[in-house]
Amino acid sequence: MPELTQNITSEQMMINLFRENFDAIVASEPKAITALREKAIKEVEARGFPDTDTENWRFTNLDPLFHAPYRFDFTNQSRPFDIDKIFTCDVYDLDTFSITLLNGWYVYQNAPLTTLSNGTIIGSLAKAMEVYPELVEKYLGSAADLQQPSLSALNTAFFQDGIFIYVPEGIEVEKPIQIINIIDSSEPLMIHTRHLVIQEAGSKLTLVHCDHSLTHNISLTNSLSETFLEKEASLDFYKIQNKGRNSAVVHNAYFKQKQNSNLNSHALILNGGFTKNMINVELEETEAHAVLNGLYLVDNNQHVDNQLFVDHAAPNCLSEQLYKGVLDDEATAVFSGKIMVRKDAQKTLAYQNNKNILLTDEAKANSQPQLEIYADDVKCSHGATVGQLDPEAMFYLRTRGLCERTARQLLMYAFAGEVVQRIAIDPLRERIDQLVEKRLKGELSICDQCVLHCNSKEPTVFNIDVSKL
Amino acid sequence: MLSIKDLSVSIYGKPILKDFNLEVNAGEVHAIMGPNGTGKSTLASVIAGRDMFDVDKGQITYMGKDLLEMEPETRAREGIFLGFQYPVEIPGVSMANFLRTAINERRKYHDLEPLSGAEFLKMMEERKKLVDIHSKLTNRSVNEGFSGGEKKKNEIFQMAMLEPKLSILDETDSGLDIDALKVVANGVNKLRKPENATIVITHYQRLLDYIIPDFVHVLFDGRIVKSGGKELAIELEEKGYEWIRKEAGIEEPM
Repeated sequence: MPELTQNITSEQMMINLFRENFDAIVASEPKAITALREKAIKEVEARGFPDTDTENWRFTNLDPLFHAPYRFDFTNQSRPFDIDKIFTCDVYDLDTFSITLLNGWYVYQNAPLTTLSNGTIIGSLAKAMEVYPELVEKYLGSAADLQQPSLSALNTAFFQDGIFIYVPEGIEVEKPIQIINIIDSSEPLMIHTRHLVIQEAGSKLTLVHCDHSLTHNISLTNSLSETFLEKEASLDFYKIQNKGRNSAVVHNAYFKQKQNSNLNSHALILNGGFTKNMINVELEETEAHAVLNGLYLVDNNQHVDNQLFVDHAAPNCLSEQLYKGVLDDEATAVFSGKIMVRKDAQKTLAYQNNKNILLTDEAKANSQPQLEIYADDVKCSHGATVGQLDPEAMFYLRTRGLCERTARQLLMYAFAGEVVQRIAIDPLRERIDQLVEKRLKGELSICDQCVLHCNSKEPTVFNIDVSKL
Repeated sequence: MLSIKDLSVSIYGKPILKDFNLEVNAGEVHAIMGPNGTGKSTLASVIAGRDMFDVDKGQITYMGKDLLEMEPETRAREGIFLGFQYPVEIPGVSMANFLRTAINERRKYHDLEPLSGAEFLKMMEERKKLVDIHSKLTNRSVNEGFSGGEKKKNEIFQMAMLEPKLSILDETDSGLDIDALKVVANGVNKLRKPENATIVITHYQRLLDYIIPDFVHVLFDGRIVKSGGKELAIELEEKGYEWIRKEAGIEEPM
């Protein structure tokens, strides 16, 4: 019935796909996970996808993304291969334990699950469901909110694989773990990746998550990650997006934090096609800290939407949001940051700041700070700016002999620097710093200078043009 | 070196400088004094090239060239330096990166090779001593978190690094205690050369005890109403500005 499929909604199309491929999707997984999927697909049926009438989605239209003849892989299509042959990370001094996902599936170059000598388990989520069903069942789905308007329910219904990390109590994982997420497909591809990170009490982890596409083909990634930080656990998290213009990413990250836990999140979007990043942090217990940093440098018709929600559910917690963006051409950016302070969350400290620089009249930034406070003894602040560079600083630099173009570059570089300086891994910070500088000078080619060095034959040049300011 | 003829400048239609005239030759130090709001800082800004002012009439010639036709950076590269009354804080731009870029852009303009990193650092260490700067500037952002005194010292330090022909120091003494004032004045004096010129803009005579001017001009209502030697500054300190207002026949402002 080809006529019928043309007229059905994106939601119905996905629901049908789920029903038709049900056996392949659930395969041999634990019953509890299948039950979770059933619940999730019912949520999709009942609520549909968020549209532009939905608060937080007013400026980001999902629907067109679903209208492509996507391929879906319900089994792992990736064959064993040497990842180094198609891909090398060019942050030279970055010594990491790296794991790769190809088209959403764990790449079986080593064992699907690795246990480090300190007891840390790293590997495929699909495999973890098999080997550690109780552990996965206990956590999976308990942070993600299937009822909020997002694609979380869709991900829960469809996810097949992703990364599983378990850090035992008191363990400090020395080397950063790097997740490299590669899309390489000759056809349009839709993937639903799922990550689960469990950090037991007092553990420490650095996680670098790199999103990359090796082709300029259309792709839609709807990924979801759930991270659990038990008492005094600490996570330094980096998400670096450097994707082709035809790629779309919807990412839902959920963090649940217990007493005295620490989260430092850095979202660095150097190139992203269509990007909707949602970060949800629940500070469940006292003295938990969450710092969310973000930097986006976008041009052409790229669209980046950062939606943050920090829920202060317990007293004496601290949260900070700093998101900055430079927009060129017709690029658009949305920032919606919500801070919720519940009735019992006295002595909350919550800060939020979003700053945008627009290089053209066509570039657009929408900033929506939201505070909802039910406690009376709190310190909260928020600020949002959309504008140009400080004319006083421009004049000062020019009176010292810097031409307008150089002065602008220097100021934009400094603008981005506030976020870059917060990167705690030295080699990564230095590399990102160089990338940002090159990006702002219009000298950065995505394929030979990016964080992720690939072998694409069609180099794309970033061209934020400072002369337009 | 600098010749300002019949210069009239306004902002948003409000006249500030009116038929202003000034001649500055190499080797000279000129002090421009006057009460607040008489156009002293406007004069400095117009010479440096700030575009918020409208030049309604007159001309400025610098080293035989039409200054008003030049972009601010061209004026700087041709040897004009403005010491700001309120130096701008630029977070995230390091002093070293900023100054090296400034020096090398100037050198490029004069067809000179860029300074190497080592040469630049050596120069920076030397010139820091001129104004008693002990802190490491390499990692500090331009003026960020500097005290009032440090900011003014930093202006003179930049002047020492950029080696201008004509320096305009706009209220460099404001907000300085006597020790910092001596340091700043001492720096300026050490940088004095027969081929250079300096315009010192100040409200008080105090700075002129340390930077001895060849000429003192009193600016009132957008014009120079009285000029003299360094003794004029002393007279102003004793008698205030009122007698000049009366002598020049200018009405008291509302």
